[in-house]
This record gives sequence, structure tokens and C-alpha cells, in this order.
Amino acid sequence: MHPAPSVIVFTTLSGLGFGLLTFLALGLPALDGWAAFWGYGAGFALAIGGLVSSTFHLGHPERALLAFTQWRTSWLSREAWAAVAALTVTGLHAIGPVFLGARFALLGGLGAALCVITVFTTSMIYASIRAVPRWHQPATPPLYLALSLAGGALLAGQAGAAAVLLAAAGAVQLWAWRAGDAAFARAGTTIGSATGLGGRGAVRAFEPPHTGDNYLLREMVFVVGRRHARKLRAIAFAAMIAGPLVLLALSGGALWASWLGAAVHAGGVAVQRWLFFAEAEHVVGLYYGRRVA
Amino acid sequence: MTDLPAATQRKMGLVIDLDTCVGCHACVVACKGWNTEGYGAPLSDQNPYGANASGTFLNRVHSYEVTPETGSAQLVHFPKSCLHCEDAPCVTVCPTGASYKRTEDGIVLVDESSCIGCGLCAWACPYGAREMDKAAGVMKKCTLCVDRIYNEHIPQEDRVPACVRTCPAGARHFGDLGDPDSDVSQLVAERGGMDLMPEMGTKPVNKYLPPRPRDEEPVMDVLGPLLEPVADTPDGLLGWLDRQLSKL
Repeated sequence: MHPAPSVIVFTTLSGLGFGLLTFLALGLPALDGWAAFWGYGAGFALAIGGLVSSTFHLGHPERALLAFTQWRTSWLSREAWAAVAALTVTGLHAIGPVFLGARFALLGGLGAALCVITVFTTSMIYASIRAVPRWHQPATPPLYLALSLAGGALLAGQAGAAAVLLAAAGAVQLWAWRAGDAAFARAGTTIGSATGLGGRGAVRAFEPPHTGDNYLLREMVFVVGRRHARKLRAIAFAAMIAGPLVLLALSGGALWASWLGAAVHAGGVAVQRWLFFAEAEHVVGLYYGRRVA
Repeated sequence: MTDLPAATQRKMGLVIDLDTCVGCHACVVACKGWNTEGYGAPLSDQNPYGANASGTFLNRVHSYEVTPETGSAQLVHFPKSCLHCEDAPCVTVCPTGASYKRTEDGIVLVDESSCIGCGLCAWACPYGAREMDKAAGVMKKCTLCVDRIYNEHIPQEDRVPACVRTCPAGARHFGDLGDPDSDVSQLVAERGGMDLMPEMGTKPVNKYLPPRPRDEEPVMDVLGPLLEPVADTPDGLLGWLDRQLSKL
């Protein structure tokens, strides 16, 4: 799949933003006044910045409000609702610590839950696409959730929680890569089943429909860069999991280490998201003989 | 709404005969010609006369080589367009309701005025049947020529999809695949029509008729004996050459 920069920025930033808002809404840490203002502000900036970035890849962003209508079947529509609900409730909750010096725990708990649900709906947009076997697997939602919460814990300076969540995210990531590598074969779709000719012998794409490229090839049959997938996986894992863990361990969980770790982690997540798209093979590639083993 | 209808009154669709298709691409041209000036936004081309021509097509013809374990390889031309699936994954993912499946005839359509061009439906389709038009920024797909098949302003024989009307080989058939007595359903039953990627669970309406089994390859041609060399040992210049070379 084509790793569109707008979608990589969107999932990376909004994941971090909703992760941070989750912790702030739970009162971890319990900020007040200006500290709360900047804390919540950072969370909203990341979450909303990501959401705005996601509209850049739309053909008609001016019709984006229509995306709220199909929540009954579409995970993208559910994400729109969840994001608005999460931002509204955490926004209302923020009024307490920022202006009133008060904390409404119930509202905060609801806001935190909505933030987690929003990240879950994002992950389900990908996990529900059966035609991309690497995404259509049980590890996809926990991967998004673990990375979002780990990044949020780092930004919120919750060293203990961050260490546990980073370790969990690392384990889920290894599971996702392992299961993802086997997913295409497990889906059972081959050039034989795609053409229905598999029972007659070995099928080979002889001639493509057109000599030029097309939308399908550009969007769904992205192959550049899979060559360096192993190296990029190592880089992503080192930056988003190992780096922050080492920083936390060496500093004894200091706030500066947590924030520096968050920056390193964000860079790693961006690389991981690039791989999430670039490594994902759509079954339509079979029609073009483009399956890369 | 993007809920799929529990059942459709009819299941209009195509039956494509892989045995008969000669790979002439006439259906591709007829499809583009009709649909670029009919339903919805035109099917744009980018850089059509330049080095990297690219454009939106609703129907494309691939060609595959099938090599059986014994016998010679076979070339199969393979037209591919929207299969108007019963469980169309492209419809349910649509966040705006632009994608829908009609209850009356099962045709999957895009209401272009509410399409935001997010591309999620194209991701969801395993067949690559949907293409985002670069100029219009909306999703394009086969409409089964919905503006021909019910059009009372054109002669009866033209009220079929443009690809079917134009096919010079008679490899494309159009009809109600929900009616077991229809011509297309009979054809599917007779020829063992098949689904593409059945494991994807989309339940496609369009069916493909497999190439018919080939005749046995001849062990020997009936005229073969007459063409066999009469003399085993050459004479004349060749005979002399043969003798001289044998002596070396």
C-alpha cells in the first residue's frame, strides 16, 4: 500500500495526542492552572493536527462532514464520531483543572475511555480490510492501542507506566510482524484463485492491461522500499521501544528522559507507520503478477 | 445507507467467457467511450500523449499464461471490471453513504456528489474494480451501464452494457443471475461458471466461464507418413559432403 505522508502523520500524531489526553483525563499527572493548559493544549494540538492532516489526502475535503453519516457500517465514520466525542469530553474535563482548580473524575474517566476508543476505531479501519491480509489480523488493534498509550505515558511523564506499556507495545509489535509476514499465505489468495485458473496449471501474468501505470498500481501495489524492510524494522523498534526504555532506565525515570524518549518514540512510530503501509500487500497485486514473496 | 440489502430483487451482472475472449480490448474502449460522457464525472486521462500515459478505466483486460503439468501452455485473456458483489466490502466501508448497492437490481453504484474521495472503498475491493479519478477526485466504478440498460430512448438491442454490446467475439453476456432460468444463469450452470477469489467472502455476482478443455494433441498427423523423408541417405552434393565428412 502507498505510504501517504498525510496518513502517516495523522496516525502518528493523533495516536500520541489521544494517548496523552487519556493520561491527563485520568489525572496522571494531576496538573493545574498553566501546567494543565499546556498539557491539554499539547494533547489537543497533536490529536487535532493529526485529524486535520488526514483530510489532506481526500479528493473532496469540503464534504468531510458527510463522513459522520455511516457509523452503522463504516469504521472511518465511527472514528469521526469517536474523535469528536473524545475531544469534546476531554475538552470539557480540561475546564476543571485549567480554570477552576477542580477535577471531575467521572468526566475524566469517560474522556479517557473515549480517547482509547478513538484509537481503536482508527486501528479497525485497517484491520477490517480483508483484501490486505497483513492488516486483517488480530494484532493490529492492540498494536495501535499499545503504541498510543505508551507514547501518551511518555509525554505525560509517567515513567513507570511508560516502561510497562513500551514493553507491551514491543511484544505486540513483534507478534504483529510475525503474524503479518504469514498473513498473505494464510489468506489463501493466489494468482490461481484470483483468476480462477489455478486448477488448470501454473498461472503467470503474461501481459498487463495497459503499458502505463494506473491508480491501482500507485495506490495498492507499492513495492519500493520493501527491500530495506528488515533494516527499517530494526530502526523503528530501536527508536520507538528500546530507545525510550534505555533513557528511562538510565535516568531513573526523570521527566526530561521521558520527554526526550517521547520524541525518539514518535520518530520510531513514524517509521513503523511507513512500514505498516509499505509492507502491506493488497491482493489486487496478484492480477498484475506483483506478489513479492 | 451503506448497509447492504439483505437480498436484492434481481442480481444483474455479467458472465465473461474466458474461452471465447480474444483479448481485443474493444470492451475497454467501448466502456471508456460510453462512461466518459454518461453517468457522473468523465473518465480522465493524465498525460495521454506523453511518456507516462495514465487514466481511469472501469474495465481492463489482463492476459495470463497457464501452463498445465502436461501439454502446451495456453494464453487466457481476462477482462476485469466490478463484480457487483452480494457482500460488497466497498459499500460497507464508505463513511459518507456515497457507495451503495441497489435493492432492485443489485448494482453497486457511487453517488459522486457525496463522495469525499477518501479511497477506502478501493482499498476494500480485492479485485481492483474501483479507481479514483485524478481530475474529479471522486471514485469511479462500473455502473453496469445503468444509463443504457433501462434507457427507453435507445433501441432495444442497445439496452445492454456497452462492453457487452461491442464484444465482437460474443464473450460477454448480461442478465439476471438471481433468476435460475435466465440465459446467463443457464450458461453458468452449463459451463461451470466460477467466482473470482471466493475465499475473500465477497460473493461476486459476475461469473467467469473457464476455458473449455483443449482437444487431445495429435500423436501423429494423418498426412504425416507422406511427409517423412523418402531416402535416409542423401545423394548428390549433400551425399558427397556426408560421405567426405564421415571419412574425417
